[in-house]
Amino acid sequence: MEENKEKIDSDLQEVFGKYTRDKDNLIKVLEEAQSKFGYLPQRAMEDIAEYLQMSLAEVYGVVSFYSRFTTTPKGKYNISICLGTACFVKGSQAILDRAKERLKIEEGGMTPDGKFSIDTVRCVGACGLAPVFMINGEVYGKATVKKFDEVIDEYMNKE
Amino acid sequence: MTIEEIENIRKRKRAELDLRVNSNYPGVERHILICHGTGCTSSKSPKILEEFNRIIKERNIENVRVIMTGCFGLCSKGPIVIIRPDDTFYSMVTPADCEEIIDKHIMKGEVVDRLLCKDVDGTIVHRLDELNFYKKQKRIALHNCGVINPEDIEEYIAFDGYKALAKVLTEMSQDDVINVITDSGLRGRGGAGFPTGKKWSFMKTETDPVKYVVCNADEGDPGAFMDRSILEGDPNNILEAMTICGYAVGACRGFIYVRAEYPIAVKRLEIAIRQAREYGFLGEHILGTDFSFDIEIRLGAGAFVCGEETALLESIEGKRGQPRLKPPFPAHSGLWGKPTVINNVETWANVPRIILNGAEWYNSIGTETSKGTKVFALGGNVNNVGLVEVPMGTTLREIIFDIGGGIPNGRKFKAAQTGGPSGGCIPEQNLDTPIDYESLKEIGSMMGSGGLIVMDDTKCMVNLARFYQDFIVSESCGKCTPCRIGTKRLLEILTKICDGNGTEEDLKNLEELSNMVVTASLCGLGQTAPNPILSTLKFFREEYEEHVRDKSCRAGECKKLTKIMIDEEKCKGCDLCRKACPVEAIEGAPGEKHHIDQSKCIKCRTCVNTCPFKAIS
Repeated sequence: MEENKEKIDSDLQEVFGKYTRDKDNLIKVLEEAQSKFGYLPQRAMEDIAEYLQMSLAEVYGVVSFYSRFTTTPKGKYNISICLGTACFVKGSQAILDRAKERLKIEEGGMTPDGKFSIDTVRCVGACGLAPVFMINGEVYGKATVKKFDEVIDEYMNKE
Repeated sequence: MTIEEIENIRKRKRAELDLRVNSNYPGVERHILICHGTGCTSSKSPKILEEFNRIIKERNIENVRVIMTGCFGLCSKGPIVIIRPDDTFYSMVTPADCEEIIDKHIMKGEVVDRLLCKDVDGTIVHRLDELNFYKKQKRIALHNCGVINPEDIEEYIAFDGYKALAKVLTEMSQDDVINVITDSGLRGRGGAGFPTGKKWSFMKTETDPVKYVVCNADEGDPGAFMDRSILEGDPNNILEAMTICGYAVGACRGFIYVRAEYPIAVKRLEIAIRQAREYGFLGEHILGTDFSFDIEIRLGAGAFVCGEETALLESIEGKRGQPRLKPPFPAHSGLWGKPTVINNVETWANVPRIILNGAEWYNSIGTETSKGTKVFALGGNVNNVGLVEVPMGTTLREIIFDIGGGIPNGRKFKAAQTGGPSGGCIPEQNLDTPIDYESLKEIGSMMGSGGLIVMDDTKCMVNLARFYQDFIVSESCGKCTPCRIGTKRLLEILTKICDGNGTEEDLKNLEELSNMVVTASLCGLGQTAPNPILSTLKFFREEYEEHVRDKSCRAGECKKLTKIMIDEEKCKGCDLCRKACPVEAIEGAPGEKHHIDQSKCIKCRTCVNTCPFKAIS
């Protein structure tokens, strides 16, 4: 995906306006940047490093440490499958396997058309509905492989 | 605001909310309470609230209010709606049911029978407290959850909110506060169980004028959600507790480190902090005294290790969350090198009640070494999934079978897992152990944050150990070698065993390496990481041996060791399995024997669960 450098630079100026150049602000700035772009493009990390007066390696070190930060773009519909213990015990592995099989991508990957991506989360706290998966934040509870298939078919037919 | 003004709000609001707690309330008002915890919100409870409000407005119905509350605890029956003051308990409500509830219950005083909840034994339950799920519980940390609207500070004030803070600021010295907490016997609810009063007293002796108070709300244990429910259902309770501590140890700033994966909790905390500032419970000159204190939220970015206190501090400082060497302990050198006290959400949630009711009240509950109550997130293969608060010393059997209602689908209990990836698996023979910090440790597990996952006999213990190890490997911060490399090697051995390539020597290595990782790791994460392996090796060794020797997995979870087969004797040709199979691996015409094409089968077990004759295994 081609990064639009000027757009990233100008979008980040807005974020920088809210924070001082204090290194302590790194995680907060990264959070906001990611919510703007959906992921953290290389250019954004370079800009942030420059603004907070630290090395790109330090920024990357923090980005790669925390699972919420991602340097790869997500699909239009991001499918998150919960692998928390409660969901695992109730069979969420089968849902994940099925998702990978249906979309022919690995965990963390995106379909070539940019429509779907798959990731896993460790507990969204809806253990009463286990196993659960989410599509763009919408929770589908008490899931089965069959129910997953039905939901995916629905999204396949969407734009 | 002055204490007097607060007292006036309390009196007015308490009278208004009397029907929430008084089932003999004489007035005509009705409150419809709707759970807005994460579980019920996921099953669309905000839509139910909207629908009720729409009907009430449209028909101009008087004396009825619709209120969002925190979690009632019984998440598996959600969305839950409760009508006060008569306490009628409706489960699995949908927006389409609202009209009928209004028509019958609110207008005519008749109960809508079809929405009543069925207990595990089949009895129909009218009121919350009739459910076996609630009978053995004692709610201290959760006392406001499901009673008040968490986004309205006046509702918190109505039920003695900020009364403990007023008492502390006007009647008690710093030492008095620390002494009460020490005498209460309260211990840290986040894992290790360090005495809270002692932690606070270390801070008191530090002379640095800048000190910090931190709330650890980085609930990383997958399957635990008690901290989240407290923050969602009663956020002001945490703010009050932290402010009390700030006064006792002489701190002026507090931080709540909360997982960004908990958007509802974060939003309610933000609202609570804003309202607390407006009412003068946070900020300069709190309640007109000389004491000033304020609280900020910091979002966790998804790292299990940040539950470790020094890693959490690193993360607040904007860095990679890697644990520090101890000593120095945070009480001496914590956030930005300043003395810092860190407690977990549930620990904080007990503090205001202890101040109000006294140390003796609190330490009369629980066991010799562990006082008070503990909240467990009960999940997995158990009938009543949800949040449970019980006095320390309750047995696991009581929690799983009396409160949890036992194992669903007629399966057998196999193991209970406490303490998440740091804890162990507890077999049937230990179910009668009264649980406290010490007893759980003795049987190879730990209290941890309070996740309690029940497993039936379809779960493979080797595969479970592999699951936890996989989690640890991806969450190890990489700072120390035993954890970074040791856990990776452990995972490799477990994977080898699950794939059917394990040898006797692997079992020996597994044990030896586990003990090495326990001894040599830097922080709590590594030191406890092999617990799931060690405890399953201890209690379920025969399963490991079967995997290695017979290349078989009795639970049928290790896919490379299993084949799903249809028993031709039992198959009635009902065709349900063929229809259910997602990959069309089952062949057979209706009325004839079916069989599975092994080359297509993905072993998802959908057919096993579908077959009414138990012919597939």
